[in-house]
Amino acid sequence: MQDLGINVIFEGSNLLRLLIGLWVTMRIAIVAIAISVVFGIAFGIVMTVKNTFVQIVARLYLEAVRIIPILVWLFLFYFGLTKVLHIHLGAEVVSVIVFSLWGIAEMGDIVRGAITSLPAHQRASGRALGLTDLQIYRYIIIPQAVRRLIPAAINLATRMIKTTSLVVLIGVVEVLKVGQQIIEVSILKTPSASFWVYACIFALYFIICYPISLWSKKLELKWQNQ
Amino acid sequence: MSQKTQEKLLEIMNLKKQYDDVETLKDISLDVHKGEVVVVLGPSGCGKSTLLRCLNGLEEIQGGQIKLNGEVINADKTKWHLIRQKIGMVFQSYDLFPHMSIIENILLGPTKAQGRDKTEVLAQAEKLLTRVGLLDKKDAYPRQLSGGQKQRVAIVRALCMNPEIMLFDEVTASLDPEMVREVLDVMLELAKQGMTMVIVTHEMAFAKAVADRIVFIDEGQIAEIAKPQDFFNAPTTERAKRFLNIFKFNEESER
Ligand SMILES: Nc1ncnc2c1ncn2[C@@H]1O[C@H](COP(=O)(O)OP(=O)(O)O)[C@@H](O)[C@H]1O
Ligand SMILES: [Mg+2]
Repeated sequence: MQDLGINVIFEGSNLLRLLIGLWVTMRIAIVAIAISVVFGIAFGIVMTVKNTFVQIVARLYLEAVRIIPILVWLFLFYFGLTKVLHIHLGAEVVSVIVFSLWGIAEMGDIVRGAITSLPAHQRASGRALGLTDLQIYRYIIIPQAVRRLIPAAINLATRMIKTTSLVVLIGVVEVLKVGQQIIEVSILKTPSASFWVYACIFALYFIICYPISLWSKKLELKWQNQ
Repeated sequence: MSQKTQEKLLEIMNLKKQYDDVETLKDISLDVHKGEVVVVLGPSGCGKSTLLRCLNGLEEIQGGQIKLNGEVINADKTKWHLIRQKIGMVFQSYDLFPHMSIIENILLGPTKAQGRDKTEVLAQAEKLLTRVGLLDKKDAYPRQLSGGQKQRVAIVRALCMNPEIMLFDEVTASLDPEMVREVLDVMLELAKQGMTMVIVTHEMAFAKAVADRIVFIDEGQIAEIAKPQDFFNAPTTERAKRFLNIFKFNEESER
């Protein structure tokens, strides 16, 4: 029988299931991003402290997060740590923890970069104008640090959203998993099902990430022109 | 320049400054009178910038006293931001805030630090910008200005605080040669109007023209204080002679 492959998406509640699966990933990403922003800013400020011990610890953490693949972290936490410590953590909770650890480290480095890249003489000229330290932060440091940090932070957020698809491998039923289930059911009837399902998932990710990166480019341009 | 009075505006007494264990300024004593222009000369690294930075509390001092209008200003660290409102400073590096327009740069100090009325400050700022020929740049951003224009704005920004004294630290040192003049002219104009100034510069002809007194510093100490004509024609110390010779050589080799 002649069947348009794309119908797979709209059969039954398939699209709704995909969207629910997507929501699971987004939920993990949103919670992790929120945690990363708050604690990442704190971590970034801590990294600017001139204390050798603090700097070494911060550096080790950052490098560990960067060198070891996220997938390994997920396995380590889900299959390793929970068993060793005899605690039970759901796959979604583990995902949030691992993505937050990653986000805090990267966000911290972005914040540190934004603060330390401001030339020291700007602080001096603010003081020479009779501004208090608080006023210098409020009118000089923070506005410029935020301008420098937003594009990189948004970029990090989109990377986190994309990478959350890895959580399927520790058993979270998210959009990819749902996609696979749909494919399994429909592959006999619709041989091209896997193409359409993955194309749909591609489109969903694109719809979420593209506007975000557009927005970040727009901000960057706007601030460059000042 | 000679609106100089006998009234002491700034008194520096036995000032000592150390970085870690190194004594950068050893024992500096100097009075600056109201309306006087003091030019500080000396070889690179002798402590000129450090001295200026000590005068408005950007560096902590390890000994001595600084008085402004007879009042000790270096005793209470927490009051420096109030004192700095009376001491304007312009640096060598272009230090306009890049995220603010020219007029915002100028208004920041008077409105936020001094809490003055914005319309009143704006009127003053526009008058000052007109005087340095930059009123048409008031809504531009620093990156759209040349080095010389940026330094003129930096001077206006400091002046708009109505300071009692102005400190200039080699404000033309990073400028292209053709822009040096426009900045020095602004400073000459200020001197004529009776502004009290302490100027660090490497422009000898300018120093000769603007100074009431030359203070020559070497290795963290005042080696010589003299009227400009005396200092340039007949320096009394060996060190000052050597220092001036370097510039003579430069002038000759430029011919
Ligand atoms: N922040 C600092 N820490 C340590 N040493 C400094 C610092 N700033 C200046 N110095 C030293 O103090 C001396 C005087 O410097 P400076 O006042 O900049 O000289 P000048 O302005 O006359 O060229 C130099 O030897 C310099 O290396
Ligand atoms: Mg210097």
